[in-house]
Amino acid sequence: MTAFYHIVEGLLIVGGSLFIALAALGLVRLPDLYTRMHSASKAGSVGASLLLLGLAINSESLPETLRAIAAIVFFLLTAPISAHLLAKASYTVGYNLWPGSVLDEMSRSKPTPGASVAESRSQQEFYTGKALEPAWRREKRIAPPKWSDLRKK
Amino acid sequence: MIEEYAKLFYEYAVDFGLVLLGLSFLLTTVRIIIGPTLPDRVLGLDMLTSVSIGFIALIGINTGFTLYVDIAIALGLVGFLATTAFSRFILARGQSGDEDSLESLPFRDPQGKSSHGTRGEWGR
Repeated sequence: MTAFYHIVEGLLIVGGSLFIALAALGLVRLPDLYTRMHSASKAGSVGASLLLLGLAINSESLPETLRAIAAIVFFLLTAPISAHLLAKASYTVGYNLWPGSVLDEMSRSKPTPGASVAESRSQQEFYTGKALEPAWRREKRIAPPKWSDLRKK
Repeated sequence: MIEEYAKLFYEYAVDFGLVLLGLSFLLTTVRIIIGPTLPDRVLGLDMLTSVSIGFIALIGINTGFTLYVDIAIALGLVGFLATTAFSRFILARGQSGDEDSLESLPFRDPQGKSSHGTRGEWGR
């Protein structure tokens, strides 16, 4: 039975420290604030939680186990909130995504002032899903009725 | 027989974990130092808190000295409050003009348009 506990604790320690080390590596290597946040906040909190779970299994007395589990619950509750708040604040203030980003779904709520009219229109078509359908289908498709036309009839 | 191997694996796992956690402390500190913008540094601080909590847990496993778990809980609370307060500060401060890091990135736009030095589509 001791061997079983030792193996489980060893696996938890190795897994948790690998998660934390990969989170730190991503924090250094990734190009952007948001991708770094994707690395650090998820993998870092999972790694710390795995190590605390190993501590909860390791300790013999019940209050220490409960304390470690309370620490896990508290940490998993607060880490996404702080990461979300930091990302929202830095996006609202205007820190950019890196140029290789494929899609910025929130940019329709923030029209870029320097963009020309055609560019903003193509952006709008892209975000409403019209840019991806081919031209022949767009011409064949029946336009949705307008209230003014219905009222004329 | 298997007890000895399990104990050996456990001890090697603790050593491996200590090495990896020290390495991640170092890498996070590197990001805090070179981080080009303020939110990068705040993110590094948040990551440093979680690495510290993991380190406290690993020390508790290694030495059986679990008094520091309370300190880990308090550290998590302080880290959360610090990140929240820094986010409010970033929101209130706005972006200072000289720290936009896109010009210094070593990447190219995959569409072929060069975005180096021009504040066109991606700049604000």
